[in-house]
Amino acid sequence: MCLAMPARVVEMRDDDQAVVELDGVRKEISVALIEAPRVGDYVIVHVGYALSRLDPEEAAKTLALFAEMQAAGAAA
Amino acid sequence: MKYIDEYRDGDLAKGLASAIAREAKPDCRYHFMEFCGGHTHAIFRYGIQDLLPSNVRMIHGPGCPVCVLPMGRIDGAIHLAKQPGVILASYGDMLRVPGGGRESLLKAKALGADVRMIYSPSDAVALAKAHPDREVVFFAIGFETTTPPTALAIRQAHREGLSNFSVYCNHVLTPSAISSILEAPSVRDLGTVPLDGFIGPAHVSTVIGSQPYDYFAEEYRRPVVIAGFEPLDVLQAILMLIRQVNEGRFEVENEFTRAVTKEGNMKAKTLVAETFEMKRSFEWRGLGLVPYSALAIKRQWAQFDAEARFIVPEFKTEDHKACACGAILRGLKTPADCSLFATACTPEHPIGSCMVSAEGACAAYYTYGRQRRKS
Ligand code: SF4
Repeated sequence: MCLAMPARVVEMRDDDQAVVELDGVRKEISVALIEAPRVGDYVIVHVGYALSRLDPEEAAKTLALFAEMQAAGAAA
Repeated sequence: MKYIDEYRDGDLAKGLASAIAREAKPDCRYHFMEFCGGHTHAIFRYGIQDLLPSNVRMIHGPGCPVCVLPMGRIDGAIHLAKQPGVILASYGDMLRVPGGGRESLLKAKALGADVRMIYSPSDAVALAKAHPDREVVFFAIGFETTTPPTALAIRQAHREGLSNFSVYCNHVLTPSAISSILEAPSVRDLGTVPLDGFIGPAHVSTVIGSQPYDYFAEEYRRPVVIAGFEPLDVLQAILMLIRQVNEGRFEVENEFTRAVTKEGNMKAKTLVAETFEMKRSFEWRGLGLVPYSALAIKRQWAQFDAEARFIVPEFKTEDHKACACGAILRGLKTPADCSLFATACTPEHPIGSCMVSAEGACAAYYTYGRQRRKS
């Protein structure tokens, strides 16, 4: 029930609605809960509403951290 | 898929697992509770427990809104669905959960009640618009993730002047549930497993932020790491918890910085604060009455409150005697300890709530755990 997915905003519509794409599937959702949504943003969608925006820089940092751990693991 | 596949990489998982094996002290035991069903699901689906040293144990917490709703509230929804002229709308999972007397909303539907499955609260508003001659009741449940959408649905109904839309509100609050796991009087009676740290909710925290957990870290001296729902997120969070335990720290750390900030989503939080107020206490399945753990619709929006518009009796329904959901939700038992597990109780014919939702511990264990044991 809490499972929600990151999806990309591909089109903005009126009334705080937007179209997102996830794995080739397009769906209209509400972006009323986030500030200044834009086409190209990745958002976490739950029960038809975007709950938050994904921060690409932070996402890259987390991935870099995993890689670091892996390298450290291999070295040990 | 971007932001998903990268966090499921098998090689990176092995790297994290060996870092965990290296840092977990062999003479120490680590018990960590993942609060969210989303994490429980990831742990079973990706066999994370198998990647951990035997002294690191994951305990599955109560974080599945379907699982924690007491049967009495389901009976309340069934009662509402049977009122003349009512269309009752809710999320798919809710329709299958048995209430007392083993009746579910789906069964009520088969017997003639007008029950509709919806994907979004706005679908319920659309139903009210399409059926002006009927009363549409949205059976709303969920943690802080589904609450802002419910608030928006109420606003939308208000804006559109709908007088036939109301919400049967069952929204619950995560931080109160975590405190109750740590300090409820019943925990003292029943005993509980030792907990050395928590994996904090992913999507709930996108809304409330990481700040509400500071209290646990300080008050209960337990580390909390907020983590995303992908397997690498969970492994990384376990590593971060082990480090805190080893170093004697108890802080709130955030692994899910790509979506969670300290303050959370201010827009959503403000909307929720303007629409709902705290209930003095609310019953949770497995945890009993938890003070200030649920939300009610504010009086100013009473016209949209199903409990103000209809008389909903208080159903006191006991769980099936043999069902161990209560103990499982507290981390005292695992699904395999339940005598009904995979015999009388299966995802097709659930007896308790933990078997209904895919995020429930019993359902996750049934779907992935059994398979793994066989192989
Ligand atoms: S297996 Fe079924 S009856 Fe047993 S604890 Fe889980 S949900 Fe309850």
